[in-house]
Amino acid sequence: MYKYDNYDQAIVDARVAEFRDQVNRRMAGEITEDQFKPLRLMNGLYLQLHAYMLRVAIPYGTLDSRQMRMLAHIARKYDRDYGHFTTRQNIQYNWIKLEECADLLEELASVEMHAIQTSGNCIRNISSDQYAGAAADEVADPRPWAELLRQWSTFHPEFSYLPRKFKIAVIASPEDRAAMRLHDIGLELVKQDGELGARVFVGGGMGRTPMIAPEINPFVKADDLLSYIEACLRVYNRYGRRDNIYKARIKILVHEIGADEYRRQVAEEFAHVKTLGIDPPLAELERISAFFAAPAFDAADVEPDRSDPDFAVWLDQNVKPHKQAGYAIVNISLKPIGGIPGDASSAQIDVMADLAEKYSFDELRVTHAQNIVLPHVAKRDLYTVWQALREADLANANLDLISDIIACPGLDYCSLANARSIPIAQKIATRFADAERQRDVGELKLKISGCINACGHHHAGHIGILGVDKKGVENYQLTLGGSGAEDVSIGKITGPGFDEDGIVDAVEKAVEKYRELREGDERFVDTYRRVGMDPFKEAIYG
Amino acid sequence: MVEFRYRDDEVTEQPSVTLDAFLDQSNATAVRLEPDDDARKLIPFLDRLTLIEVAFPKFRDGRGYSSARILREAGYTGELRAQGDVLVDQIAFMRRCGFDSFAPEGSLNPEAVKRALSTYDQFYQKAADAAVPVWKLRHG
Repeated sequence: MYKYDNYDQAIVDARVAEFRDQVNRRMAGEITEDQFKPLRLMNGLYLQLHAYMLRVAIPYGTLDSRQMRMLAHIARKYDRDYGHFTTRQNIQYNWIKLEECADLLEELASVEMHAIQTSGNCIRNISSDQYAGAAADEVADPRPWAELLRQWSTFHPEFSYLPRKFKIAVIASPEDRAAMRLHDIGLELVKQDGELGARVFVGGGMGRTPMIAPEINPFVKADDLLSYIEACLRVYNRYGRRDNIYKARIKILVHEIGADEYRRQVAEEFAHVKTLGIDPPLAELERISAFFAAPAFDAADVEPDRSDPDFAVWLDQNVKPHKQAGYAIVNISLKPIGGIPGDASSAQIDVMADLAEKYSFDELRVTHAQNIVLPHVAKRDLYTVWQALREADLANANLDLISDIIACPGLDYCSLANARSIPIAQKIATRFADAERQRDVGELKLKISGCINACGHHHAGHIGILGVDKKGVENYQLTLGGSGAEDVSIGKITGPGFDEDGIVDAVEKAVEKYRELREGDERFVDTYRRVGMDPFKEAIYG
Repeated sequence: MVEFRYRDDEVTEQPSVTLDAFLDQSNATAVRLEPDDDARKLIPFLDRLTLIEVAFPKFRDGRGYSSARILREAGYTGELRAQGDVLVDQIAFMRRCGFDSFAPEGSLNPEAVKRALSTYDQFYQKAADAAVPVWKLRHG
């Protein structure tokens, strides 16, 4: 894991002092709410329906037990004893008091954490593969590259007032676990003639105009990366639309001028930027990489005892192969049936921190699907870990099943939402509470957004649900066939929307249709792609 | 009105002209760039210019930051002024992009500006100012 040096710490400490000053000026009435808004937003502080919400950055979703315990402490001391893990691999606190915010940030800084650029029209937290450093299919650990980008993007003087927010993801596996091509910039590390570089995709995104990012460059070398990304951003900062907030993301620019023209402009800008000497030497990437060296794996390769049937079910569903023999990747589902997707109590956060410290080389990951990962667990410890998780109501064996729902906070919290998301997630999970039925349905990624901004990734759901406002009544549209993985696609709308109970019935009808039509080991989305929309439409509306 | 200036030379007296006017009649030495003007068009004339004023009609519109860097990267050494909706919290970023004078629409508290400019001692990235980026400090 990356550790701050004095430079990193000084920058984060200075930010706390600066934010304290900004809050004081606001509370003294020296600046208006309108002037304060972009400042607090650049530090992850939103004014929501009922209170301030603070979003804390978890760079590339990686944290250690000390940091995880701090998140629990903050939930207890400054919030209502829980936190909400987000699709950006961050955590949000929903009930923050403005006057306590600087103290909270100071506590975070003491464990090398911050809320810098977790909102605002700037470069946001860099996201990555939650299995980084543990996945068998990765060409390298993507996190050193993500950390390099984190530092470069932090307080970037030219790119802090972009047309719109800007999200970057870095992966290093052919299997995409980070929805890479649905980001403003997606990087996939690849090897060419033994050298590591990045495939660069630009202009993906969700929101009201979902787009899959086209490839802009097949290979950018490590020591050109920052110049190239700087060129990508400069073209966007100058030419991205500012006349309409809904057309301001880079995907619209790339779409309007075309990938070829955007690529040409970036190449021209890159030729110039490269002469400025903004790329750190490779020694900097090596320095960062050293922090991500593999832990001292030494466990014997023993298969766990499967005689406890509940344990065996969890093992098959939530535990994934590790690149190191004798180890496994443990997924902790934050999706209990009827619970709020992504929420965890301070006690649960502490339990996960303890388990990471004892059994996972002190590491945890947050996933974009709002779950937690213990990346390096010895197989001999799996049963013990499962027992501890079960004790804390954290052993839900539903990873990637229909009840493992991504949902935005929706109208229960969010000032932008048109409809509630959480109760829909709860009702669908409850409808499919029968564990055997869920497992029979198999992998089914269901994602719910409470408004067109698509924070709940509904476009990328095998089944997606979008809440809209229809003449003052909540209405839910259904989409089928999306994917945020390497088979990336945008879901298509089935037809007219439904009310709260109607959407749950419609989902069930679609699922039952799939069970009837599937061939072999097809997943829901495979069957949909094979047979098309019509049979599902008929089942839902017929 | 110029409220903050970080240069020793004389303030230029000539009023600035628009980019189009400048490109038409080329003897002006002061020019004003609007957010959608292409700063690159000035590159052939930088030697003759003593003042480039970059307009910020709204502080949220960040195009002027790129304009400033493009001009400095092309070797412009004259006065580079940020004019308009310039707030205390943007000044440090603007300095890093090469602005060396400020004409904010609303008056700014000089103490607050001073504080904003001294908040950070370390910077991660190389920009248009003299700051040495952290990676260079780490590796020499």
